[in-house]
Amino acid sequence: MVRVDGNGTGSALIQVRGVDKNYSRAGETIHVLQSLNLDVDKGEFIAFMGPSGSGKTTLLNLLGGLDLPTHGSITVAGDEITHMSAHKLTEWRARHVGFIFQMYNLIPVLTAFQNVELPLLLTKLSRSERRQHVEAALSIVGLADRMNHYPRQLSGGQEQRVAIARAIVADPTFLLCDEPTGDLDRKSADEILDLLTRLSTEYHKTILMVTHDPAAAERAHTLLHLNKGVLVEGAHLDSVAGGVA
Amino acid sequence: MKFGGLLFANLFRKKIRLLLTIGSFAAALFLFTFLAVVKSAFSRGVEVAGADRLVVINRTSIIQPLPLAYRDKMMVIPGIRAITHANWFGGVYQDEKNFFPQIAIDIENQRDVYSEIVMPDDQWKTFLNDRQGAVVGARTAKRFGWKVGDRIPIKTTLFGGNNSWEFNIDGIFHNTKPGGDESAFWFQWKYFDENMPADYKGMVGWYVIRLNSPDDAERVAKAIDTEFTNSNYETKTETESAFQAGWAKQFGNIEFLILSIGSVVFFTLLLVTGNTMAIAVRERTGELAVLKAVGFSDRAVLVMVLAESILIAVIGGSLGLLLAAAAVPVLGSALNGLLPVLVVSYSTLLAGIGFALGVGALSGLIPAFGAMRLRVVDALRRV
Amino acid sequence: MPIPVVYNFRSVRARWPSAIVAVLGIAGTVGVFIAMLSLAKGFKATLVASGTADNALVIRAGATSEMMGAVTLDEVKIVQDAPGVARSGSQPLVSPEVVVIAPFPLRSTGTDANVQVRGVSANALLVRDQIKIAQGRFFKPGLSELVVGRNVPGTYTGLDLGDTVRFGGGTWTVVGVFDAGGSSFDSEVWCDSRILDQVYKYPENVYQSVTAHLTSPAALQQFKDTITADPRMNVDVSSEIDYYAKQSTRMTTLITILGGVVAAIMAFGAIFGALNTMYSAVAERSREIATMRAIGFGAPSVVVSFLIEALLISFVGGLLGCLAVLRLNGLTTGAMNWQTFSHLAFAFRITPALLAMGIVFALVMGLVGGVPPAIRAASRPVAESLREL
Repeated sequence: MVRVDGNGTGSALIQVRGVDKNYSRAGETIHVLQSLNLDVDKGEFIAFMGPSGSGKTTLLNLLGGLDLPTHGSITVAGDEITHMSAHKLTEWRARHVGFIFQMYNLIPVLTAFQNVELPLLLTKLSRSERRQHVEAALSIVGLADRMNHYPRQLSGGQEQRVAIARAIVADPTFLLCDEPTGDLDRKSADEILDLLTRLSTEYHKTILMVTHDPAAAERAHTLLHLNKGVLVEGAHLDSVAGGVA
Repeated sequence: MKFGGLLFANLFRKKIRLLLTIGSFAAALFLFTFLAVVKSAFSRGVEVAGADRLVVINRTSIIQPLPLAYRDKMMVIPGIRAITHANWFGGVYQDEKNFFPQIAIDIENQRDVYSEIVMPDDQWKTFLNDRQGAVVGARTAKRFGWKVGDRIPIKTTLFGGNNSWEFNIDGIFHNTKPGGDESAFWFQWKYFDENMPADYKGMVGWYVIRLNSPDDAERVAKAIDTEFTNSNYETKTETESAFQAGWAKQFGNIEFLILSIGSVVFFTLLLVTGNTMAIAVRERTGELAVLKAVGFSDRAVLVMVLAESILIAVIGGSLGLLLAAAAVPVLGSALNGLLPVLVVSYSTLLAGIGFALGVGALSGLIPAFGAMRLRVVDALRRV
Repeated sequence: MPIPVVYNFRSVRARWPSAIVAVLGIAGTVGVFIAMLSLAKGFKATLVASGTADNALVIRAGATSEMMGAVTLDEVKIVQDAPGVARSGSQPLVSPEVVVIAPFPLRSTGTDANVQVRGVSANALLVRDQIKIAQGRFFKPGLSELVVGRNVPGTYTGLDLGDTVRFGGGTWTVVGVFDAGGSSFDSEVWCDSRILDQVYKYPENVYQSVTAHLTSPAALQQFKDTITADPRMNVDVSSEIDYYAKQSTRMTTLITILGGVVAAIMAFGAIFGALNTMYSAVAERSREIATMRAIGFGAPSVVVSFLIEALLISFVGGLLGCLAVLRLNGLTTGAMNWQTFSHLAFAFRITPALLAMGIVFALVMGLVGGVPPAIRAASRPVAESLREL
């Protein structure tokens, strides 16, 4: 269940209450997000859409603990992250969030295996346990046979799949995707979206995705619009194809 | 001018990197100056040697003396303008560390031979009339804070006789030759000779001869050495510069050391700055491509990158040279008389600027050419 | 858990031109640093090795070096009878010596350099028992024969075993080469003191110095006290080691100051180079760093990671510098001993301690050059860096 009116029961996995985010630029204050509310239950797949500069990435950064709101609170799985110290926030992030970026952001000097392994280095797993998890993640995304390749030896679509494997390998509480298909051709984009859909339906992952791509939005359960710093529930899935509200 | 504005804006893009590159240049030029100054100090003797002067020493060993009687025998050789003689004193003033050359001189002829030594006439006159008098170079006087009128005690063990000597500072001299010696302590040879034990009387450490013309050097030197061959005190005569050069060569391969260090520095610096420029250009590939797309010619872009590189080099280089010029006197006093006075000459400074310019141009060349040949299409795609 | 070190290895390799620059800068500095120090060490070692703990040197009171004074025969006799002097049979092991300098042509330049010539008596090798004949034999007393130190034939022309040479108005034959264990004596030429006196027209009963071989190092104090208390003596007594240690101070100071300045400046340059390299590494990899921080690697991990990289580079640089300069070890060069105005051959002396110092120096430079960029890497806001194109 997804709500944007701030009246959630408090049992949601992710709760956002009255969040403002302001930036100062050249002496002016820009209000990117205004009194934002959001409740997300476990297992939801949400697409955020909106015009450029509407604050979609900002919202994602806040949810992922990469930034702190000016006012308001964000609670994930019972933890209030808005009052955590930087150190605790880092730990929290490692445990709970999996990021998928538009530009994949793989480490070029590490192999696919080593890239996927990175989040596991923050855990107490042994070397062989880590190996198991990495191989499992790479199997899910269908790249088990490319474990020892470097990013430059992979196509864009393959790189993104490695990135997804990295995002899920530590079994985070939820996944944050920022324009995951933005840099891909139609075919590769569809493959990625198939993968995300599987993660949602088969593995019941909670996924929050920012996108410009109507095809991507289509895959989500819920569509939310971010306009002028406010979240609005979007048109129903069927009518998205007809145009963005 | 718009171009210049762009140049400066680019320069200050990354302030820290700019400061670091300037710093590298400053360090390298500082070192360059320092090495040049030291090299010059080592070869100073040769540089300030008189082209028209000969040095006559005992052939057997420089520590062996020559008879005073030789003077008259040499004077008859044509081409000689003046002859002076001197003895090394080698005494200690307060502490062994306070080394400076002390020399007993022939007061009648010394200044004829060393015409570059100047001092107020009244001081010299006082000295001539003062048996126990001494005149000292400005550098040594300053070092110990001596003034005209001071009485200076000096101890020596060189000669069996009197152990402790005292002198009156009657004058302070300067040397008109740039870098010329201003550290010597001169006193009267006759006073010296008086106090020598009988065995050592009438003996001279060395002679210095001033010729009418440098062209006579070879002839006169040969004549002198031939005159005294097979005597009890054979002579070895050579030009002052040859003498100094031989002395300098005994200091070892200092020049070689300096040249090798210099090359190491130069090479490293070239790498550092070249690499920095290359990185900077690589970062701005997109911008440079846009500039070209907008209409700046290939040549213009080349000039821009090169100009940046040279500007950084000149700023950093000048900074290094200035710092060195300020630091050299401090270093000189730290060396405490171990080397001749350290001088930063104009030619050194000029060479330094040239060096900086050269390195700036060279290190900017490859990135500049790369920038010039950049194809707009490739560059814009490279993001 | 920290960022894997393999990341640093591979990143350095990927940016090798830039890394090489920093490595060379540090290598050059470490090389010069070690070379200068080993030069000073070598000079000092040569002189210090000249002295042994159980030898004492007696020279004129106030003289700064042997050559600068005179010791009379009467004074020599008093030394021979002093307590603590070792004996060979009934003969006291005391060597009165005449020390002068004479010019000989250098092999390297062809110009003359002043060599220290020492006129000794027949018992010189007994007094200085660490010196041994390596080739040929010792001179026969009363003959114009020379025995030279092992560095002499290689440094000067005309002083090889068997050569005849003219100096001081006499003709001499080189009959032997002695080995003095790498000390200043190896640069000396020895002959009979009587013959030398004649040639240099020195009075017969006057010497420049007296060296006494003592029964043990402990005997020095009593020996010294007895002699200096004697009103007939106008001398200074010191252990040989102390005398030679003092002799080296001027040249060692010169080399150390000059070398120190050069190394300091080069260090600045090297640090600048390292800083430049590391800063551009941070700039180029800002997206990677942000990604790792997004994943959950904390700021300390990032700082440590970059420090490791800087130290890696500087360690390699230090190693390279050490290797490059090792080739100098044992290389003999010559310089003038300012105190005696005679030419002295000595060798670069590189010790493990010096090499260790070089490595430490390199690491320190790496640290200084790595900390500021590392801190910058860790403190840039993650969100910003992620968005950067």
